[in-house]
Order: sequence, then structure tokens, then C-alpha cells
Amino acid sequence: MKRLTGLAARLVVLAAAIGGWQLATRSGSNPYFLPPSTILSFMYHQWFDGPAGHLWLTSDATGNMLPSVGRMLAGLAIASLIGIALGVAIGRIRVLADLAEPLIHFGRAVPPPVAVPFFLFVFRLGTPMEIASIAFGVIWPVLVNTIDGARHVHPGQLETARAFRLGPVQRLVRVILPSAAPKILAGLRLGLAVSLIMMIVAEFVGGTDGIGREVATAQTTLDMPTIWGAIVFLGLLGIALNMIFAVVERRALAWQRGAARTE
Amino acid sequence: MTSWPGPLPGITRYPPSRHNSGANLLEINGLTRAYGSHKAIENISLSVAEGELVTIVGPSGCGKSTLMRCTAGLLTPTTGTVVLNGTVVTSVPDRVGAVFQDYSRSLYPWLSVVDNVALPLRRRERRRAARRKTALAALESVGLVGFEGRYPWQLSGGMQQRVAIARALAYDPVLLLMDEPFGSVDAQTREDLEDLVLRVRAERNITILLVTHDIDESVYTGDRVIVLSKGPGKVRAEVPVDLPAPRDQIATKELPEFAHLRAEVSRLVRGMRPPAAGSPPPRTAPAASGGWEAPGGG
Amino acid sequence: MTAGVRRACLGAVGILLVFGAAQLALWAGGVDQAVFPLPSTVLSGTVDVLRDGSFWTATVQTLTSWAEGLGISVGLGVPVGLVLGTLPWAEYAVRPLVEFLRPIPSVILLPLVLLTVQDSSRTEVLLIVFATLWPVLINTIYGVGEVDPLARQTLRSFGFGPVAVAWRVSLPSAAPFIATGVRIAASVGFVVAVAVELVGSGMNGIGSYLVQVEGGTADVVPQLALALLAGLLGLLINAVLAGAEGRAFRWHHMQTAAADSV
Repeated sequence: MKRLTGLAARLVVLAAAIGGWQLATRSGSNPYFLPPSTILSFMYHQWFDGPAGHLWLTSDATGNMLPSVGRMLAGLAIASLIGIALGVAIGRIRVLADLAEPLIHFGRAVPPPVAVPFFLFVFRLGTPMEIASIAFGVIWPVLVNTIDGARHVHPGQLETARAFRLGPVQRLVRVILPSAAPKILAGLRLGLAVSLIMMIVAEFVGGTDGIGREVATAQTTLDMPTIWGAIVFLGLLGIALNMIFAVVERRALAWQRGAARTE
Repeated sequence: MTSWPGPLPGITRYPPSRHNSGANLLEINGLTRAYGSHKAIENISLSVAEGELVTIVGPSGCGKSTLMRCTAGLLTPTTGTVVLNGTVVTSVPDRVGAVFQDYSRSLYPWLSVVDNVALPLRRRERRRAARRKTALAALESVGLVGFEGRYPWQLSGGMQQRVAIARALAYDPVLLLMDEPFGSVDAQTREDLEDLVLRVRAERNITILLVTHDIDESVYTGDRVIVLSKGPGKVRAEVPVDLPAPRDQIATKELPEFAHLRAEVSRLVRGMRPPAAGSPPPRTAPAASGGWEAPGGG
Repeated sequence: MTAGVRRACLGAVGILLVFGAAQLALWAGGVDQAVFPLPSTVLSGTVDVLRDGSFWTATVQTLTSWAEGLGISVGLGVPVGLVLGTLPWAEYAVRPLVEFLRPIPSVILLPLVLLTVQDSSRTEVLLIVFATLWPVLINTIYGVGEVDPLARQTLRSFGFGPVAVAWRVSLPSAAPFIATGVRIAASVGFVVAVAVELVGSGMNGIGSYLVQVEGGTADVVPQLALALLAGLLGLLINAVLAGAEGRAFRWHHMQTAAADSV
């Protein structure tokens, strides 16, 4: 029952927010703020009115949204793989950590957007530059968190593995990675947020297609519907990605919540 | 060798020659382990015959855990050797099972109980079903039927330690090393677990080395008690335990012999002198005098 | 040598190793140095940038916007967070809105805000506020949730009203968590500030300095130099905040450390 009232409260708040917005902007006195009805109908026609075979995506959508999301995921994947692999190595090998950590702390402190012009210089306009920029942003939180997780595996757990003659690979896969998983996932969550930001920044600066580029163009032509459509789309995309990630995290770390609760 | 006042009901005597013939499974020779200039254990020599349950007891800081880790091959000795079945131990030998005190740190929270028990079997048995079968059998032998799917943190401390024991048993070791395995559980559970270990040893004839700080436990479970001195740990004494088997938490502990042994070990652990002349210090089996001398000579 | 000294030495060795390796590889490898300049060139380029007065002006501009945005975020986020933290039903109701707005990258709002507000530095501040509000808000809510109810009830039992309880118990107890939120927000804010300056037109600050320096000359050295300096600036900000947080909340760190070791 409590759940229902909570849910109802949420709907009320959302409805009030959207409804209030609609009322405030309906008059059209402010050309820059569009009512939700206009935004949503624009989004539908522009992006989601396509053939069923294309998942109802229009050519505009497939030409812009898909590449954007694709690049974001590519950058995320590349940086995550490298970050986790390096992170485990650095976390477990003391000497490596001592050598590398100052550099990592520095790299992490560089605001990723600053590196974008450099990547533009190296890769020129287009996808490689964008993926490089995204990966550069994602790798630092993943790396730092993975190092932390790999470093703090309980010595008792590793000793048990050794006592039962589990080889180094087995120890990595069956003890170190599961034990470090909570921190690694925390790093991935941060990386996810950064990848969204860097995707947009990279497209603004050096993109040839994509949501960011569309908005950059829309700014010059005062195309408010596109601007608003992109904002709403990104909000929804962010929610969707966070939800997917939360589900994955919950399944992967179900044991951790239970263990932490009984400690 | 010894005549008792009469067999107590339900207890049968077991002959000292119960141990299997001759061959020592484990030989520790002149074992020393130093950390920098500080010696944790020094010149420890002892041997364990196959099928024996030897307990090691001593004051805190006597290096009991260091001794165990060296025996398990987890630490390399500074000098001296550990010889298992005639082979010198340089790394973790095969078929040595370990049970540590802190089960919460040795069981993996991300694995279910049965997966925890089956994990060490991966090297030996490729088929998942076979591993699971062995693991379930081991869990049954420690009295944990029906908990396979649970996670360690869903179980009580005593049950978790049973899982750790099951894991060591599933591994089918020839030597079982237990480092203060019952230190973290309550007294009642502790007694149950002690009996469990005795039963398992009787059923499987495993050789067991059990480190404990609990003197009662060392006498109750052991065939022999080895007392270590305060750090750097050296072998202070070996006390054979000639109590009847099967041991019983109440009946055995009621025996005067138990009290004597317990007192003897206590004195050794505390570094006290042997008791005044007149009261029997049974360093070996009780004197064959046909009867008991009351303690204190009175 | 002690562990700490050893670590510091190895750290220095690590930096020198990378520097040296890059220097050697680029010098011997015949890579186009217009694209991948030698580290030594970048270092001297850094000195050039430091000598440029407009760099310092730009830095001050960025830091000003950043501080302004952060300040407004804290001024908004902490009180709202305290209220939402104390009224769980309100937090629950508002959550979906927060979850929708939170992931939106500030940069995508840039055109909208710029068109509406017309002023570039005010736009920057607003966008920084938007980006930094969430960590502050969420950490404040979380911090209030961590307050020991017993502490609150104790004060209530002495007759203190809800506002006084919030002020005397909830706020100080939640303060370490709020501070963490502020530290995260500070770091995010810095990134957003630079991003907005980089991407937007007519902006001031490090980001726009970067664009100006790059434009036309096709010289990558100042870009890399600026990346280096921006990183150092970020480290500085984080070090200062972390240090202040550590000292101000020593009681909290000691308490958590003691609890962890139990």
C-alpha cells in the first residue's frame, strides 16, 4: 500500500511538473521555451515516425542518434577494457602501483574536454576523434576505481586460494575480480556519466554527425525544437542507461549487499 | 599398560597402538621462521604419524600460526624443513587441506555454499556435476544438508565454519591443518565442531594438525598435545593423551585423567614449574600402580 | 628507506620513465613532431604559456565562474537536500525528476541557455550550477540519512524543535558527507567550466584560451601545454579541498576508521 502511495506521489509530481511547464509555455511569449506537447510531437515526427523495420526510427534518427550512442558505447567499452586490465595489474603489483600512481592521479585531474582539440588535431574530424575523446574521459574513473578494488582484496581470501593450490589465473578470475567487482562497477558507473558528456563535447567540437552536431547546427539556425528534442532525448537516454546499469549491477553484486548487511 | 578403576559405561578403551604403523606422514625438522631479526618460531621439530590428531597449543605470540603456514607451504622457512610423505615442502603441497579461524575471510561471499566447497576441486575434476556431487557429500558429512544454495553470510558462524571444514574435506586431503578453527564461535558450537572433527578423523583416517589456544580443546581432541613456548616459539613439551575413545564432551571431561592432563598442559603453557612432589605429574601414561593416586598426594 | 619515501621515489621514477620513454621514442621514431611533439618541447611550451598574461587572466576567469557556480549550488543544494533528507516521502516523490535531469550533460543545454540569457559568463555560471547541483544535493540527502536517529531523538526529547534539531544535529552529522559532495561537485564543475568555454562562442576562460591558441597556427604544443596546466590546476583544487575536508572532519574519519576496524 505504501508503495502505491509512493508511486502515486511520484506520478503526481511528474504530472505537476510537466503540466506546469505546459501551462507556462503555451502562450508562446518566450520563443526559447517550448511546451512539452510541441517538443514531444517534434521528437516523434523527427525521430520516431519511421518504418517498423527500423524500430520506428527515421533516417534522421538512424543517421544521428545511432552513431552517437554507438560511439559512446565504443568509447566506453574500449576504455573499460583497458582500464580494468591495467587497473588489476596496477592494483596487485605494488611496484607498478608506486611507479604509475602519480601519473594516474595527474591524468585523472586533467579535465577531459581539454584533450579534445588535441584529438581533433591527431585524428581530424569524425568518429575516431570522438571515440578517442570519450575513451580518454572514461578511462580515468575506471582505472582508479579498479586499482582500489583490486588492491583491497582480503588477504585471507587470497591465502585460502593459495592454500588450495589455485593457480594465478584462477586466483584472478575467481577471487580478485569478484572481490573487486563492487569498486569496478562503481568506476564504470562514473565512466558511463563521463561518456555521455564527452560524446556531446566531442561532437560539438569535431563531429560530422550525431546529436551534438545537430544541436550545434540548430543553435545557429535557432531551431528550438531540435534543441529541446535533443535535451529531452539525452535525459531519457541517461535514465535508460542508468536503469540498465543498475539492473546489471544488482544482479552481479547481489551477494555483496547481503554480505555487507550481515557483517 | 594402564589399568583403570573400571571402564565407565559407554566408553571403550582404545589401545595406544591405534596409530598406523611407523611411517610418519609429516616431519618438521629444526623449523625456524624469522621476520627480519625477529624470530617467530625457532628450531621446531615434531613428527606426526598417519592418522594422528596432534594439537598444538601455546600462549599468544608463540608463533602457532606461523608454524601452520610454514607447514602448509604458504610461508618458506628461514631454516629447517617440512617433510610431507617424504617430500620436502617448498610450496603448497597437494592434498593438504586448510581451515583457518576467520571463516568470513576464507569463504567467498559471492559464491553459494556448494560452490565454495567445490571451488578447490576445479583442478582435479573438470566435470561440474562430479564436483557438485563431491561437495554435497562433504556438506552432508559435516551435517549441513539443505544449505547448498545459501550464501555463507546467510549462515551462522558455526555453520560457516562447517562449510570451511567441508571444503577442506571435499578436497580429500591426507593432512588437514586447522589454525584455531573454533576461535570465533560460541562454546556450544565449539563443542559440536570438536566432535565433528573427531568423527571425521575416525571415518576417514585423515591426519590432523590442530592449533588452538583452548587447552581443554587440545586435550579433548588430541592424541598428542604439543606445547609451544612463548615467542620465539619452541617446542616446550609433548604430552601424549591417553584418553579413551570415542571421546565424549561430558564423560571424557569428567575423567580424572582429563583433569590431570589439562592441568599439566596448563602449567606447561604458562611456563610454570611442575607440581610439587607427591602429586603425580603424568608426563607419560599414568603409573602402572593399579589405581589412582589422588592429586596432591592426599 | 621507509615505505613512504620509497613510494615517493618510485613515483618520481615513474614520471621520469614515461617522460624519458616518450622523449626517446618520439625523437628516434621519426614521428611527425608537429603532431606528437617531444615532451621537452611541450615543457618549454608550458613555460611560454605561463609567461602569457592572457593565460592568467583566463585562469582567473575560469576559477571565478567555477567558484560562483559552486557557491550557488551549495547555497541551493544543501538546504534543499536537508529538507528532502528529513522528509523521505518528499525525496521519494521528487526522485524521478532528479534522475531525469541529472544525466543531462550541461553542454547540451548551452545553446538554450545562451539564447535565453544572452550573456556568456552568466551562461557559464548557470551551466556550472546545473552540473554541480546534483552531487551536492544527493550527497546531502544521503548524509542526512546517515544521521543517527538516536542523536536526533535525544535532542527532541530535550524539547528542541525540528528546525533546531536540523541545525544542531542533522547538519553537523551530515557535514562530512556534504563535504564529499562538494568535493565531487568541485571537480565536476571544473570540467564543465572548461567544456562550456571550449564549446561555446564568446566565452572567457581556459577553454576559450585553448581555442584561441589553437586556431590558425595549427600548433599542437600549446594545446598539450594547456592540458598539462589544466591537470595541475585540477590537482591543486582537489588537493586543497581534500586537505580542508580531512582536517575539518578528522572526527568523522577517525570514527569511520574505528568502526571499520571493529
